[in-house]
Amino acid sequence: MATKIDYKQIIKNNGVIIAFLIICIALAIMSPVFFTLNNIMNIFRQTSIYGIIAVGMTFVILTGGIDLSVGSILAFSGVICAGLMKRHDAPIFLAALAAIGVGAGMGLVNGLLITLGKIAPFVVTLGMVTIGRGLTLIYTNGYPISGFSSEFRKLGGGYVAGIPIPVIIFLITVIIAWFILNHTRLGRYTYAIGGNEETVKLSGINVNFFKTAVYVIVGITSALSSLILSSRLNSAEAVAGQGYELDVIAAVVIGGTSLTGGRGSILGTLIGALLIGVINNGMNLLGISPYFQQVVKGALIIGAVILDRLRDDTK
Amino acid sequence: MESLLKMSGISKSFPGVRALKDVDFDLKKGELHALVGENGAGKSTLIKILSGLYKADEGTLVLRGEELKTTGLREMIGHGIGIIYQELNLIPYLSVAENIFLGREPRTKLGTIDWPKLYKMTQAVLDPFQLNIKPRQKVASLGAAYQQIVEIAKALSLNAEILVMDEPTAALAGFEVERLFEIIGRLKKEGVSIIYISHRLDEVHHLADRITILRDGEKVVTKARGEMTNDEMIKHMVGRVLEEQYPQYDSVRGEPVLEVKGLTKAGVCEDVSFTAYAGEILGFVGLVGAGRTEIMQTIYGYLKKDQGEIFLHGKPIKIKNCRDAVTQGVGLLPEERKQQGLVLGMNIFDNAALTVLDLYSKFGVLQKRKIAHEVNTMVESMNIRTPSIRQLVMNLSGGNQQKVVLAKWFVRQCDVYIFDEPTRGIDVGAKVEIYRLMQNLAKRGAAVIMISSELPEVMNISDQVAVVFEGKLVKKFKKGELNEEEVMQYSLGLHEGREA
Repeated sequence: MATKIDYKQIIKNNGVIIAFLIICIALAIMSPVFFTLNNIMNIFRQTSIYGIIAVGMTFVILTGGIDLSVGSILAFSGVICAGLMKRHDAPIFLAALAAIGVGAGMGLVNGLLITLGKIAPFVVTLGMVTIGRGLTLIYTNGYPISGFSSEFRKLGGGYVAGIPIPVIIFLITVIIAWFILNHTRLGRYTYAIGGNEETVKLSGINVNFFKTAVYVIVGITSALSSLILSSRLNSAEAVAGQGYELDVIAAVVIGGTSLTGGRGSILGTLIGALLIGVINNGMNLLGISPYFQQVVKGALIIGAVILDRLRDDTK
Repeated sequence: MESLLKMSGISKSFPGVRALKDVDFDLKKGELHALVGENGAGKSTLIKILSGLYKADEGTLVLRGEELKTTGLREMIGHGIGIIYQELNLIPYLSVAENIFLGREPRTKLGTIDWPKLYKMTQAVLDPFQLNIKPRQKVASLGAAYQQIVEIAKALSLNAEILVMDEPTAALAGFEVERLFEIIGRLKKEGVSIIYISHRLDEVHHLADRITILRDGEKVVTKARGEMTNDEMIKHMVGRVLEEQYPQYDSVRGEPVLEVKGLTKAGVCEDVSFTAYAGEILGFVGLVGAGRTEIMQTIYGYLKKDQGEIFLHGKPIKIKNCRDAVTQGVGLLPEERKQQGLVLGMNIFDNAALTVLDLYSKFGVLQKRKIAHEVNTMVESMNIRTPSIRQLVMNLSGGNQQKVVLAKWFVRQCDVYIFDEPTRGIDVGAKVEIYRLMQNLAKRGAAVIMISSELPEVMNISDQVAVVFEGKLVKKFKKGELNEEEVMQYSLGLHEGREA
């Protein structure tokens, strides 16, 4: 028996993917450069910096929380890594590990204040935005730390089998996150907490632990991203990552994760991040003014949420 | 007498389900017409058509002799139909007055709210109830019964001539129910017609002028009060003879499993001591607000105790939070299934698996197959009516949702199961299944504690009963030692002698 394909339903359920494909096709027609391997790699590489953070942010938003401090965490862990390498001649591996430890630590502080301190995530992480930035300025005195070894610069600029290393790191992060979300308690509880925290608590689950964990995760991904950024720029700056939280949150939301928590996917975040990357890249290729680009990006975020609403209404 | 409202030949289908099939229903002026049926029988759908939320596929709606063509939500309110839903729709931190006149607040010439007038109008609406409700009071500060009455007042302030009440007593107990019944009686005398939905057959017998029974979306029968016995009603509802409303089994008292000694929490409970034995069901009765739920929540670590000791299998245990309780073998099924028992946006499987994920991971990775096996077996044995266990819980009927909460705890082996109102809002057939499941847990050697506001249920299912009044245990007795009336007196605090 042949089943009738419900095209309407398919469009509604995969709105963002379809929008993504349409935009890609349109750009390929309008710009001969767009659909070249070089350019595609370029998009992926640019996307990977905030895409990696978006992966961590997906966890936080799935629990119904938010982290505004990712840019500051990125900056502080970035200068710590750079400082250890430049000022103390620390080996790359140790410096990177320390940076990730710093990111995790700042996430832990966020998480503990939110769970044990019972303060809204918005407020806690808003405070951390300034604290992190301030710590960065204290550590650097406002001067960039630049000029790294060629090994370290490979992290952002190197290739493995023709694929840029940041892209590989990004995709591995996505795969690990997908696995955690679908095959571990942490992942399942992340969804459940966003759906109904009270129920999870009454089911005898240590909600505070798992809620704190998601902020640690986004701290780690922010630090990871800082390593790539420092390596790409050959410099760690106190102003690095400013405003990143907006692109990161946008990627997660465009990817269909609900800001109230409980619903969303890591695949959605991947598409959301790429969509932003493609649009940035496409508009640059077409020579559209950067001022206008901002308008388009804003409209995109709202449009994605409207698409999401349409899907909800069909239920 | 001419009918005020006449619904004829109403049919309604949803994708894959025929919710109503050719249903006739009518209501006379000043009449209380009860609508009875199992979960999923179509009562809610019929009411939602009357409220204007759904549009009937077929059939006519005649009000005061005129056929209604457009039936939107606003139109129906305009026609004087007021619906009081099971889940109250009040805004907790607004005043009673603001809730009643929400969207219709009187304004001053400047366009600001005319507070004196608003309070006066509210007082006028509340006066006939002769209750201690103040227009300025926040709704959150009122008990469940009074909130219900605010809803009724709101409907009446909209000139409702027809009131629909969906399980109005579900959250009430004892004297609160009496209050509500008094008010219902008064409303009827004033010519208000009422459609009353309830699972409590005693109530229906007590209040209804006529009773209509729905089953599987069809009308089975409409009869005047007194023309049907309880057993006949149940037969019509279930479509078969239910051998027994309260299945019995010979319990064997085993070892003491849970001993609570001197449990005290300021403002909640005082010096509560009891023992729950393996193989037995221990019932807790009392008025809503007497502290039954809070006592259990304190044991479970949801509330912090001030004093008292808890022993499990004779050994003292420390429970600081719910996690401690569960890992040591105490499970609690909470009272509010939607707010506390379920993650509505997740499917049946994920909800039921919530309590056991920690038991089935290897190196942090979930053993999905094992979990699926456990959960599937349980869900199947619970008879949950659903096309698939991947169905989202929010799409299930109330009774089936409750079964999912039960399944969630049945999959985890506990030594003590605490069930807070396990059968609330559940139809007769499903209730019997739940009693059996609880008895099976007891047979397996667990101690089962059940809180219930339905006296007949507690009296028939429990082996021991504890009566709570104002946070204290005022009476403990074995099954059959007291009758309902005596238990009610203890619940109301009318008996002096306190037992240890």
